[in-house]
Amino acid sequence: MREFGYRRARDVSGALALLAADPDARYLGGGTNLVDLMKAGVERPAHLVDVRELPLDGIEITPEGGLRVGATVTNSDLAAHPEVRRRYPALAQAVLAGASGQLRNMATVGGNLLQRTRCGYFTDVSKPCNKRAPGSGCPAVTGEHHNHAILGATDHCVAVHPSDMGVALTAFDAVVTYETPDGPAESPLADFYLPVGDTPHRETALPPGALITGVVLPPAPVAARSRYRKVRERASYAFAIGSVAAALDVEDGVVRDVRLALGAVASRPWRARAAERVLVGGPADGAAFAAAADAELAAAKPLPDNGYKVTLMRNLMVAVLTELAEEATR
Amino acid sequence: MTTATTGPAAVKGAVGTAHTRVEGRDKVTGAARYAGEIPFADLAHGWLALSTVARGRVRSLDTDAVLGMPGVLAVLHHGNAPRVDTDYVGMLGIPPDPTAAVFQDDRVPHVGWPVALVVAETPEQAREAAEALVVTYDEEPHDTVLTADHPGAYPADGHMPAETEKGDLAASLAASAVVVDEEYTTPEEHHSMMEPHAATALWDGGRLEVIDSNQGATWVQTELAKMFSLDESAVRVRSEHIGGGFGSKGLRAHQVSAVMAATVLQRPVRVVMTRRQMFSLAGHRSPTVQRVRLGADADGRLRALEHRSLNQTSTVYEFVEPGAGVARVMYDADAHRTANHVVRLDVPSPTFMRAPGEAPGSFAIESALDELAERCGVDPIELRLRNEPEAGPVSGLPFSSRNLAACFREGARRFGWAERDPRPGIRREGRWLLGTGTAAASFGAGAGPSTALLTAEADGTFTVRISAADLGTGARTALTLVAADALEVTPERVRVRIGDSDFGPAMIAGGSMGTRSWAWAITEAARELRERLALGPAVPPEGITVRSDTTEALGALAQKERHSYGAQFAEVAVDTATGEVRVRRMLGIFAAGRIVNPLTARNQLVGGMIWGISMALHEEAVRDRATGGLYAPDLAGYHVATHADVGDVDADWVDDHDPDDPVGIKGVGEIGIVGAAAAVANAVRHATGVRHRSLPIRPDRVLSARADGSGTDA
Amino acid sequence: MAPAPSSTSSAVTLNINGEKHHLTVDHRTTLLDALRERLDLTGTKKGCDQGQCGACTVLVDGRRTVSCLNLAVAAEGHEITTVEGLADGDRLHPVQQAFLDLDGYQCGYCTPGQICSAIAVIEEHAAGWPSAATEDVRPEAGPPPLTPEEIRERMSGNLCRCGAYVSILQAVARAAGEHAEATDGKAKETTA
Repeated sequence: MREFGYRRARDVSGALALLAADPDARYLGGGTNLVDLMKAGVERPAHLVDVRELPLDGIEITPEGGLRVGATVTNSDLAAHPEVRRRYPALAQAVLAGASGQLRNMATVGGNLLQRTRCGYFTDVSKPCNKRAPGSGCPAVTGEHHNHAILGATDHCVAVHPSDMGVALTAFDAVVTYETPDGPAESPLADFYLPVGDTPHRETALPPGALITGVVLPPAPVAARSRYRKVRERASYAFAIGSVAAALDVEDGVVRDVRLALGAVASRPWRARAAERVLVGGPADGAAFAAAADAELAAAKPLPDNGYKVTLMRNLMVAVLTELAEEATR
Repeated sequence: MTTATTGPAAVKGAVGTAHTRVEGRDKVTGAARYAGEIPFADLAHGWLALSTVARGRVRSLDTDAVLGMPGVLAVLHHGNAPRVDTDYVGMLGIPPDPTAAVFQDDRVPHVGWPVALVVAETPEQAREAAEALVVTYDEEPHDTVLTADHPGAYPADGHMPAETEKGDLAASLAASAVVVDEEYTTPEEHHSMMEPHAATALWDGGRLEVIDSNQGATWVQTELAKMFSLDESAVRVRSEHIGGGFGSKGLRAHQVSAVMAATVLQRPVRVVMTRRQMFSLAGHRSPTVQRVRLGADADGRLRALEHRSLNQTSTVYEFVEPGAGVARVMYDADAHRTANHVVRLDVPSPTFMRAPGEAPGSFAIESALDELAERCGVDPIELRLRNEPEAGPVSGLPFSSRNLAACFREGARRFGWAERDPRPGIRREGRWLLGTGTAAASFGAGAGPSTALLTAEADGTFTVRISAADLGTGARTALTLVAADALEVTPERVRVRIGDSDFGPAMIAGGSMGTRSWAWAITEAARELRERLALGPAVPPEGITVRSDTTEALGALAQKERHSYGAQFAEVAVDTATGEVRVRRMLGIFAAGRIVNPLTARNQLVGGMIWGISMALHEEAVRDRATGGLYAPDLAGYHVATHADVGDVDADWVDDHDPDDPVGIKGVGEIGIVGAAAAVANAVRHATGVRHRSLPIRPDRVLSARADGSGTDA
Repeated sequence: MAPAPSSTSSAVTLNINGEKHHLTVDHRTTLLDALRERLDLTGTKKGCDQGQCGACTVLVDGRRTVSCLNLAVAAEGHEITTVEGLADGDRLHPVQQAFLDLDGYQCGYCTPGQICSAIAVIEEHAAGWPSAATEDVRPEAGPPPLTPEEIRERMSGNLCRCGAYVSILQAVARAAGEHAEATDGKAKETTA
């Protein structure tokens, strides 16, 4: 780890100014990903601007009936908040499914949105990686990739986004708010993460120097009946090999509204819009759920060793939607 | 002067009753200091720089740039490091693994091989400089992939003969009503003890002192003495608390490089492995490819048994993971053939890892027996009981005690085996399919020569000094109880000091032999001390010290098959839609000799069984074919079981008495893992109808087995 | 060895176990390394240095965190509690006593982290926090009972390679029970 300067920001404008002062500066949130990557030599900032103590730690109900979550709210506080658990239970479940109690106490909402992939080639500086060293190649395509992407990937990068929280936020149409030197701005999460294309090192639409200030969840009555299911290679404290955030509103056996997002299948949390389109207005039964899952996965391009993910995601979508439908009739 | 009393004052024996650990308070308060935690004035910090290529030669190291960095004191590498000797046979009767003898030439035998040690004033400085060190290589093509038909495979002995054979295998298989012929594989596994290897070396008045975390202080002392051509008396190794070992904590790059740096700089130097470095420097359990052929009569009685096991080793050291050794103890047949082969690859040297041979070997043979039971329509326990041998299947020697049947009977009763419906894939609970499985376990009960010093102190207490190691086994506490009983005093009057090579040679903590070997030496010393005290009860201020040595006594022990046994039971839940497998319940019943401390022994046995769960479902180090290095070598990439992976696991034991063994202790460190993974895999088969012959049973494997419609096999 | 503050190091005051420590830290120094290498508080263990094992767990402002991913310079201004700060003189913290009595460890290296984590688990549960093992996280469902499944999930950020999980679970359950009893007792005293 190279030597670096450290400053604590007291307010948002101060943070922006400190970051602007050094092109090699980075914001430090909970540090759970950045500090780890600095130790691995993947990140080598010259300066850290600590934003953990900025007054962005509130969770409040918006006038529209949604939620505004500050960027420095910890994962723990987000998951424990009664309004999150009441209005968006899948979001609380997604956060609780991630990392460990210790890490959730440190990790922040803003940092979580910006966390990097856990692809083992990305985190190992002795190996090539287009995301870390553009143009060096993607060894995962022909190497170890059993937990890599099946959707939206290119030959340039097949890594997956590691977030659980982001999957639920994506399902609920969250909007990322941020501050730039030119003033506040926002971006729907769906547009926040850039397609992989041939520039996997460019991950988000966040302008240079911008600071995430929070996330706004629009009101979504459907979200009150929602679930997050995560499958991983051990029962806890592991990244997903597949996850689903789903919300379902059923009336008289007909799907009135549905939200579906997938995790660990693409470079970003994957909104399953094709599946949603199939479901809305149709029956809430197993056949419809399977048809919806198939519609979403039609675009899947599995690699030689991760074809199981197509089966896994199909089964997961059907299972979670079935559970939600059963809950609705209870 | 005071009078030392032993004898009737201690009313009740300490051995056999639960005692909390004598060092327990230190461990729960953080007061117990491990190897990297002893402070030294003027301490310098060494950081290893590792190769990024799998095979080749170091062409150049840009040391000048690094020597100019803040705080950097030295860069040791093959061009300037002290020479060491590796042409010797060590305490365990084997030559050293040359991968510990760092910086002797420019050859790189695997990814993650130490090419330099950077020493600096602070760990941060050393780390940055080591990472900044530019090393160039002449790279050569590498081979790091173990395959069943690798042309480089050859038979290798290790700690047992490579091959054994009796009878006509082909004829017996042909005459068998039922035949099982399958291949089983286990992956590369890593010890992953929580405490990384750490050593501090310093010269003190012409004597080399090493504060280390190891499984045998005199073992490491004698290896270092030989390697650095020093008199053994000029080397002292201490290792008081050890944060887990599991076979990995012997002589390794960290001690050797720390000694080199302390010698060059003439100041204390500490070298600690990082977690990632451990994956190439701390040894591993080789992956195995095993083939088992069983031929039996319709009632399940074996006529033919063949078990072949293949493992990888490095190009510079031959280590055998003797998977085929299990059958030499467990099952007999007219035709009986076993073979252990190895292949030399461009990988780090494998090493002992908890139940070397037995852990992967029992997965294969105990899975195969389950397959045989199913094909014969015989209950898996009954099948094993029908095949209980009268004598050692290969040695022909009598068993000193063999209480496997008692373990199965007691285990079956407590686990509720009688109610089991053998049909697979029929028990559903919500999204889970449920199943149960069983497997047998065995592990050798050996002992190694040990010396002990026992002192009757003037204040009426007793001090044991023995170069034992407590890796978390509870050995320190067990030895306290053994000494108390041997002296016929209460444990409170006994203090046991361990982990110091100055206490004299002793067996290592390995092969489940530690406590048995050390207890033997302590018992002998106590006998002699009591005789001395009986002659003249006056204890001088410096106390009365006796020394024991068990070398002769061990040699006098009759040749027999001496082993622990066990019956493993597992209940699993499998979600075939997601591939998730959960172990809900495990029970192990063991015949493991005299249990010294039930509290810590149960913990050891349960811990071994949890290793079995972890082996069955999680553990796998994946080698990247292109670079020859591991993919994601850390504790997020290499999964060991968490709290949430471990359901209701219990262990207990049956009486197990060996009439001609003066100690009666068999050791409980390794038997717990043996058969445990097979019990889980057999339970998965019972739950789902799918047989998994490759570990770990990952979600993708469970899913793929369903998806490809194979139905019965994976 | 305390270098003067510079652009890459800072003078900080760390509040650890109720005691203030003044030192100059290289910004690269983690809280874990500051404790172990600078302050001789070696009870907090380094298992992976990557946030992947939990051995370095300490309490920061009463909440459990991994000290390996927390920079020492960023820890200034917070109350830090390590395993050395849990006992009340010779009297062990109930969680420590439970680990000792029930053999909730083997090698002991993950133990300080397990103990710090367990103390926080009991607090988090008492505060009504749900976990990934909680079937219904909605506040209307009420706080989940601290079942073995809940304890296992909540403790899963602390690896124990020796596999002492069964006795650790027993220890945490016993300490949680004592904590609940004590809290109930106090509540009754207050209402009386």
